[in-house]
Amino acid sequence: MSDLEQFKTEIRSWLEENCPPEMRKPVRGDEDMCWGGRNFEFQSEAQKLWLERCAAKGYTVPDWPKEYGGAGMSPAETKIFRREMAKLGCRSPLSSFGIWMLGPALLKFGTEEQKVHYLNQIARGEIRWCQGYSEPGSGSDLVSLQTFGEEVSDPVGGDHWVVNGQKVWTSYADKADWIFCLVRTDKEDKYRGISFLLFDMETPGVSTKPIKLISGSSPFCETFFDDVKVPKDQIVGELNRGWDVAKYLLGHEREMISGGGLGDGSPSLGAKMTGAIGLNGLGMLDDQILRSELAQFDVDALAFRAMAEKFMDEMKAGKSHPAQPNMMKYAGTELNKQRHELVMSAGGSDALEWESEASRGGKKPREWLRTKANSIEGGTSEIMLNVISKRILELPDG
Amino acid sequence: MPLFLDDDQSMLQDSAREFMKAEGSVSHFREFRDKNCKDGFSHGLWKQFAEMGFTGILVSEDDGGLGLGHVEAGVVLEQIGRNLTPSPFLTTAVAGVAALSHADAELKGQYLPGILSGDTVLGLAIDEKSKHRPDQIAMTAERSGNGFKLTGRKQFVIHGASADMLIVAARTSGSTGDADGLTLFAVPKDAANMDVNPVRLVDSAVAAHVKFDGVEVNADSVIGEVDQGGEVLGALLTAGRIGSASEMVGVGGGAMDITVDYLKERKQFGSPIGSFQALQHRAAHLYSEMEIAGAAVLKAGQLLDAGADNAALYVHVAKAKASKAANLAVREGVQMHGGVGMTDEYDIGLYMKRDRALSEFLGDANYHTNKVAELHGY
Repeated sequence: MSDLEQFKTEIRSWLEENCPPEMRKPVRGDEDMCWGGRNFEFQSEAQKLWLERCAAKGYTVPDWPKEYGGAGMSPAETKIFRREMAKLGCRSPLSSFGIWMLGPALLKFGTEEQKVHYLNQIARGEIRWCQGYSEPGSGSDLVSLQTFGEEVSDPVGGDHWVVNGQKVWTSYADKADWIFCLVRTDKEDKYRGISFLLFDMETPGVSTKPIKLISGSSPFCETFFDDVKVPKDQIVGELNRGWDVAKYLLGHEREMISGGGLGDGSPSLGAKMTGAIGLNGLGMLDDQILRSELAQFDVDALAFRAMAEKFMDEMKAGKSHPAQPNMMKYAGTELNKQRHELVMSAGGSDALEWESEASRGGKKPREWLRTKANSIEGGTSEIMLNVISKRILELPDG
Repeated sequence: MPLFLDDDQSMLQDSAREFMKAEGSVSHFREFRDKNCKDGFSHGLWKQFAEMGFTGILVSEDDGGLGLGHVEAGVVLEQIGRNLTPSPFLTTAVAGVAALSHADAELKGQYLPGILSGDTVLGLAIDEKSKHRPDQIAMTAERSGNGFKLTGRKQFVIHGASADMLIVAARTSGSTGDADGLTLFAVPKDAANMDVNPVRLVDSAVAAHVKFDGVEVNADSVIGEVDQGGEVLGALLTAGRIGSASEMVGVGGGAMDITVDYLKERKQFGSPIGSFQALQHRAAHLYSEMEIAGAAVLKAGQLLDAGADNAALYVHVAKAKASKAANLAVREGVQMHGGVGMTDEYDIGLYMKRDRALSEFLGDANYHTNKVAELHGY
């Protein structure tokens, strides 16, 4: 048996022994996932147990180094680990912006002290993070952001910044413990005047206000900073060079959002719609036009799944174009929006129900509406296309 | 196995890229087209393919080949696609060899050495109507003496008039639509009562309509087992489909690259037209589609070479997606070239013609998309 086969056997038996049966059922939505953090209330004992067992082995972040809370798996091992998880239907033990976004940025730009301190907390699910990027006047043109951090030297309390301003579309700001935040520290230089700061959401002067969306839920907030004091050692990367960190992190955010293109991992949307539409005497979906649209969608979705695998493999081997996450984000989010259009179409009037028990509180229409944000958040599809044309195709500036 | 080319495959890609660029470029294609060559390809170049080892990629080591897989064949085909290289590689060394791998030693001995040396060309006589419907094969092969008598018509037999042998799918029992009862035959070019009528296609390839009017073949010409041709045909179709999908990734990629170059060169309103966002976004969308198609094709090749259960599904996905993406590439290519895209002088139109023919070969995007639905039970 090769080392990897041995590894696969070990992972399989560990998962079978340690993943509680309740954690092998599909998650029903954001509220059903384990987000961790100081104020997180576990939905079940099984959820808590699953997180603790995984964290103890480094399995919440299998490919991070062991000293930062990971399991130190190689790319090939990580791929096997994720496949075995998927085969058994194991839920992710921890969903976290710390894992998906901040972690990779800290691994690249953080000091050794920061890595040991923050990454271990992230891996154990102790701190829940939110992202302070967009502002009311700075959406697609993110680099125009105005939230300002004034340097204050303080021999007694320690040197710090005093941060004032407002962020918007801060996901789960009302539930997060800490924020990673882009703050202008030099008003003269647009790109080289931004710093990447970390601070506690309980710091005096921080307040949040949820934004109600068309889906009825409020995953996003407005976040206000009023004379918020941030100690000098809570900067990632160099002063005024936060844009480099921000862009790197955006790559990971885009990659994360593109994952929506993979759906729930089932091989065929068309097959799932047979219940709602019914089959005709020839065993075909009883709506020829929809059947054709679903089949074309399945082709696109399966092809995208191959792309996602190729992208991950190339990235881990250092063969991927640095701007490729933008392509993944564009394709994945457009695909996910299309998926939910088809689900709504197949669902007919049942899929319009917003509050009934049969519709599980309007799951379909709410998810459908939620996906419309996929091609806006983390950089719009149009921005992705701009980046692809400039950085990959190297088309000239206008 | 990671989903990208390994070191050996990358080396093969480098040598195929250099070879096609030097020996089988678009100007080579134009030369053969313009002299109205009856075969539509160069026999000299076919010999060079053999010298490079390309023709033995799918031939097993026991049979004197390299014993490599569909990924490697695809690597060569992608470069063929990029350069519009005219050659019998897809029909002969890919689909034909896949069928012959099921043949007995005698038949293999008759044809494989010629393929390995670049002397032999095969034609695939599968389609009987204008659309690819391999489950509706109506041509018959009746037992006659020590062999069979073939009666029926085939069309879209690429290189049919220059082929040394045609692989012919015919029904030996049962009725049209049955899964069993098909048999594949190796019919030599000089067989009596066979009327081969070559036709030039839109992409300048030459395909034949072939009429079989009681063509007698002996029992030794059966590839595999009588009545059990479904498996042999399946191997031929699978190889031809993943192969043509790989070639389309090359055609689409080549069309995209010359178009992006043109966007950087061509100036209007005082600026390169590639600086206009309306065109940038369309080019970026095309890039995304081509990348995804390339990944799907590579995935299908890897699954096939590993003998995975879902390989059949991914071959349909690959052919459907590659057809759609390459089609987008050539349509956007001609449009973004503007007026010159309509001229014979510019290459983009040649890519459009080649894409159209490859799309149709062994099932178009609709055919394969429908198969994806069928395999998923809807």
